[in-house]
Amino acid sequence: MSNNLISIENLSFGYDKNLIHKDINMQFSKGKVSAIMGGSGCGKTTILKLIGGQLAPNSGRVVVEGRVVHEQNRKGIYQLRRKMGMLFQHGALFTDLSVYENVAFPMREHTNLPENIIRDLVLLKLNAVGLRGAHSKMPTELSGGMARRVALARAVALDPDIIMYDEPFAGLDPISMAVICDLIRTLNDALGATSIIVTHDVAETFLFADYIYFVADGVVAAEGSPKKLLASKLPFVRQFIHSEKDGPVPFHIKAPNYRSDLAL
Amino acid sequence: MIRLGAGTRLFFLILIYSADSFKRIHLIIKEIYFIGVLSLVIIIVSAFFVGMVLGLQGYYTLEKYGSSEAIGVLVALSLVRELGPVVTALLFAGRAGTAITAEIGLMKATEQLSAMEMMAVSPVARIIAPRFWAGIISMPLLASIFSMVGVLGGYLIAVPIIGVDDGAFWSQMQANVDFSNDIIDGVIKSVVFGFACTMIALFEGFDAPPTAEGVSHATTRTVVISSLAVLGLDFVLTSFMFV
Repeated sequence: MSNNLISIENLSFGYDKNLIHKDINMQFSKGKVSAIMGGSGCGKTTILKLIGGQLAPNSGRVVVEGRVVHEQNRKGIYQLRRKMGMLFQHGALFTDLSVYENVAFPMREHTNLPENIIRDLVLLKLNAVGLRGAHSKMPTELSGGMARRVALARAVALDPDIIMYDEPFAGLDPISMAVICDLIRTLNDALGATSIIVTHDVAETFLFADYIYFVADGVVAAEGSPKKLLASKLPFVRQFIHSEKDGPVPFHIKAPNYRSDLAL
Repeated sequence: MIRLGAGTRLFFLILIYSADSFKRIHLIIKEIYFIGVLSLVIIIVSAFFVGMVLGLQGYYTLEKYGSSEAIGVLVALSLVRELGPVVTALLFAGRAGTAITAEIGLMKATEQLSAMEMMAVSPVARIIAPRFWAGIISMPLLASIFSMVGVLGGYLIAVPIIGVDDGAFWSQMQANVDFSNDIIDGVIKSVVFGFACTMIALFEGFDAPPTAEGVSHATTRTVVISSLAVLGLDFVLTSFMFV
């Protein structure tokens, strides 16, 4: 277990008394690409926020590099975050800054590097995502896929140990999707980082992830390698992987009796 | 009460992170440009018309009592003590305040503030505090410009158009407008209004629900609360300063 960079131990989290996660356990191994999958609204992104210390658990703990995240003070949290990079669902690029300045932002904030070194590093990162030629553009001039790639370049600007991706494929065309898939794997391996992807895109994730967690009803419903999960007979996993419209996750949400609702 | 507490907490956070902001003075200067310099057109045009109206109304009232030469004093005191700080603050809330709220609210809705937090950069230090100090610095300068342009507007109506004596206009103003009692008190008012308007705009943006409707409501609240705060504070300050 010493190979685990991040551990989620007996974690429960919820707002008021409604628990989104109930006593979940997850381990994320160093150098691996792990995915957290599950239906919309099952609390996948919340797990990333708990790892990043933006939320605190109701019980249990998240341990990153041997440090319990929610027990850190602001300085400790910021020290941990400097080792993390996060790609937000829609990129979250700073709209008042150019592509170049967006990628340079973490470098300017956390280092005293001279401008010529920052320039080289920014162009290096942008080249890695294939957008060196777009460095002078503003975020509003980019397509969704390009914005996501710039955000990825910004997320890895300081060569983080942990890279988190929140729905990296949402709303992308097939070409952009393939590019992002390839970049996630390549960047993870090139940086020797640990990647966590939150997604519900089965086809893409099963191609390159090393380990997958399925979250449903607030618990880890299944886990394992893509190969193991593809062979799984668990009804939820089968329904999710094969996109079946009815199953353990019902087509109809809870509702009063249909006939009485229609006054029949 | 909860929102008041949250606003107070934000204010103390701003104070804590202000040192960081002053280290990156270019951020404050950039905000002074957006909040202050870009408000100049509306301030100057409004001030000119307000000054001209004061000149007209003041002249016809004073003429009844045979003291139309006092028009310069009336225009200057009205502007320096009241209209300069108050109207500037109301225009500031409408132009800069709404822009601040909408910008911060949208940054929140598009996860830009979360992204900053995840990059271990405090949004209070990087986004909120520079705007706060820019508002505090800009407001007295805008109010001073408003009063100055207003006086010129009043002069234009009173002297060249109506024919009040040029010397009487300026000399009466010089004799009766007191620097410490009138001008400094006006500046104090504008600083207080600058604090109130900027703080309300920042808090409403920072506290806005991250949705289109949330940002829209927050922007409306900025104008309404700022306007009421300015008028209420003006009454309190006036009763302490001039009564």
